[in-house]
Amino acid sequence: MAVNIKKLPKKPYVIPGHAACPGCPESMGFKYLGMALGDKAVVVIPAGCSSVIQGLWPRQGFGLPILNIVFAAAASTASGLARALKRRGVDAQVVVWAGDGGTADIGFQALSAAAERGEDIIYICVDNEAYMNTGIQRSGLTPYGAWTTTTHTGKKQFKKPMPQIVAAHRVPYVATASVGYPWDFIAKLKKAASIRGFKYIHLHAPCPVGWRFDPSLTAKIAQLAVETGAWILYEYENGKLRLNPPSNRLIDPKKRKPIEEYLKLQGRFRHLKPEDIEMIKKEIETNWEDIIRALKIQGDL
Amino acid sequence: MPKLLAMRGNEAVAYAAKYARVEVVAAYPITPQTIIVEKIDELISKGEMDAEMIHVESEHSALAATYGAAAGGVRAFTATSSHGLMYMYEVLWWTAGSRIPVVMAVVTRAMGPPWNIHVSHEDILATRDTGWLVSMAENNQEAFDLTLQMFRITEDPRVYLPGIVGLDGFILSHTVEPVELPDQETVDEFLPPRRQPYVMEPGEPKAMGNLVPDEYFEELRMDMQQSMENAVKVIREVGREYAKYFGRDYSELVECYKCSDADYIVAGTGSWMGDAKIAADKLREKGYRVGVMRLRWIRPFPWSDVREAAMSKKAVIVMDRSLSTGHAGPLFLELSSALEAKPSMIGVPAGIGGVDISYEDIERFTEKAIQLVEEHGRVYIPAMWYHLGKIFPTYPSSNVKLD
Amino acid sequence: MAVSESEQRRGVVAVIEPGGHKLPLSMAGPGAMGKTGYWRTQRPVVNYERCTGCYLCWLYCPDNVIEMVPGKGPRGQDIPVIDYDYCKGCGVCAAVCPVKAIDMVDESKFLAKEKEEGDGNA
Ligand SMILES: Cc1ncc(C[n+]2csc(CCOP(=O)(O)OP(=O)(O)O)c2C)c(N)n1
Ligand code: SF4
Ligand code: SF4
Ligand code: SF4
Repeated sequence: MAVNIKKLPKKPYVIPGHAACPGCPESMGFKYLGMALGDKAVVVIPAGCSSVIQGLWPRQGFGLPILNIVFAAAASTASGLARALKRRGVDAQVVVWAGDGGTADIGFQALSAAAERGEDIIYICVDNEAYMNTGIQRSGLTPYGAWTTTTHTGKKQFKKPMPQIVAAHRVPYVATASVGYPWDFIAKLKKAASIRGFKYIHLHAPCPVGWRFDPSLTAKIAQLAVETGAWILYEYENGKLRLNPPSNRLIDPKKRKPIEEYLKLQGRFRHLKPEDIEMIKKEIETNWEDIIRALKIQGDL
Repeated sequence: MPKLLAMRGNEAVAYAAKYARVEVVAAYPITPQTIIVEKIDELISKGEMDAEMIHVESEHSALAATYGAAAGGVRAFTATSSHGLMYMYEVLWWTAGSRIPVVMAVVTRAMGPPWNIHVSHEDILATRDTGWLVSMAENNQEAFDLTLQMFRITEDPRVYLPGIVGLDGFILSHTVEPVELPDQETVDEFLPPRRQPYVMEPGEPKAMGNLVPDEYFEELRMDMQQSMENAVKVIREVGREYAKYFGRDYSELVECYKCSDADYIVAGTGSWMGDAKIAADKLREKGYRVGVMRLRWIRPFPWSDVREAAMSKKAVIVMDRSLSTGHAGPLFLELSSALEAKPSMIGVPAGIGGVDISYEDIERFTEKAIQLVEEHGRVYIPAMWYHLGKIFPTYPSSNVKLD
Repeated sequence: MAVSESEQRRGVVAVIEPGGHKLPLSMAGPGAMGKTGYWRTQRPVVNYERCTGCYLCWLYCPDNVIEMVPGKGPRGQDIPVIDYDYCKGCGVCAAVCPVKAIDMVDESKFLAKEKEEGDGNA
């Protein structure tokens, strides 16, 4: 599904004057969500930056119906909502728009259960790699080495492999995406909306505030994450894995930009020692090895 | 034709959900509530109930999914108990604050540790501040009747708050009693199609629950308090209507048994109030004029009914199957405030964690309380704990010395 | 109120009746946080001579304050017009522009200059 940028809907799904920080990846991502799904979407949002970004009553800054909900309950609330709308014969796509904490930590149990039940929802994890709303604390999706306000010397653990964990539930669709590649994210959202059952999209969302970079660089850093191989774009359709551009051209590590280019722009990695960078490279290699192994088993490599 | 069947309290509640044409149920098993979920699942799989069961992984999700379905425009129901209720606590607040009608059964049970599956009111009474309507059944018929009425009350535009029907663990939930089941057609006449203040669906891009100025937040809470006041009126109306359709009158939020000529009132809520009535009769045989005041509704608190029934009495003895540890029983505190502590007030925490309390026990501690009043004149005893036949005066201290 | 069975059946939309309550609902609209243009310290200024009308700044702007006006460029190309009432000055647009057609200029200097020029005209 190729996306023609100029033909994307002009209708505002993110409305000027909302409360996000300058350069916010969550408002950027939400725009694409609206462009892809249009007015069919009803969005469930657990606690996190996106609950605040909507801004202050009596207005709200997203151009879609939003049901805000407690931190741990996004997937279950969306399950109930989707069932109700289906029973009433309403043509809708219920979407969860949750942070990395709301997905990999406190909302994990409800997410896993909704995936196991096969609820007809699109679950989007907006991954800015920490609890930004409460002031940059570590989450299960904070990467190795990153400074947060609860990992002052850098996190010592790796990121939870969320897309693989959800894929292990054998749901029909799992994909990664990045705010640096809107056309890819939009195409994946459209594909997800055409599939019945549980769909999961993991959206990489570099946050200038939490990652300590200049707000103009949000999209660029997102792209660098992909170009250096630190973030990989792929999708599982009925369990079959496929790499998406440009990641499909980056299987050979020599084709990737050096990871340092990605790291050096971010204050959260400023303290890294050479051995930390080695660990980060190891984490990236492990991720790629998993992908390559899966592609080989499928006979695609 | 209505039919009289023998069934457990949990089944009565499950049938009420079916007659109310609930469309989505999300619940998670916990003793002594489990039978409700199982029964509803059975009714659905036999095709007797046209609803969807969401087999959630926890009570937090149970209420969240029920709420999600209700926000999506269908009648939705859940049921829980004890630890399950505490686990969903934040969702209780969220549901009430968003003004989406939902009905839940709470089968009362103790909170651990240690593990204890028996009756206690600490679970249901912990919902007092959440903005839910809270009622308590005395028997299985009432559990059925209150559940059916709760849909109509919560969906009344003057109310638009969720509601809990409480029934005592094991004493009602697992005990077979005769329950009259109505005709579906009559229920359909009594219970109009679902109404709610808004629906979350595609179209108008509104947000439920984004940030508001603090002033508006407080006004939202004031609106909820006003709706609780409205609920008193709506409960009476619906209770009267219920009598027209089904022959049983629920227009009173408080049931008074031989209160009018009584000097002493035994007050409380739940199934043991049946025993309290027997105890009152026994005490009357001994020459004490005793009446019983049963709170059928905890929220809205039946302020004027309680005052009317008990303000001028010599003493009110409050049976509490739970304790606000560090203070007195919750019902004692509530009744003391409603009655301005004008009568002598004696709080009796008892039967906590399922300790069996017979009518003889009630007779015994009530008689003790009456004797204290007759000996000392006005007394104020927040927590005269009754345990295994003995009185244990506990904190906070009373105005008279107990032994 | 008598309701037929079919009316009560699934698919019936709930009756929506706000009942005069205050509700925790907000409606979509601009300025949920006021005129966020006041947050700006840097101002994006588009050089329409250079702009090719590729839509990338429009696509990436996190605040959605760029409108593409069809055919209004000096070479008949579509051009971005920025709503400075709400633009937060993040600079994402400038960073993604493939032909560097957007300059980020200091907002206070820009305003000072604008005022000067305005005074000169008066
Ligand atoms: C039960 C509960 N615990 C804690 C919080 C406080 N809280 C609100 S948002 C948040 C972090 C959100 O992080 P994430 O999900 O990563 O989203 P982000 O803010 O980064 O978008 C926390 C801890 C809460 N609202 N509810
Ligand atoms: S902290 Fe980051 S994710 Fe949160 S609103 Fe600000 S820029 Fe967006
Ligand atoms: S500076 Fe930021 S907010 Fe302003 S137009 Fe450019 S991208 Fe949009
Ligand atoms: S990104 Fe640059 S070239 Fe493309 S439309 Fe915007 S200003 Fe013009």
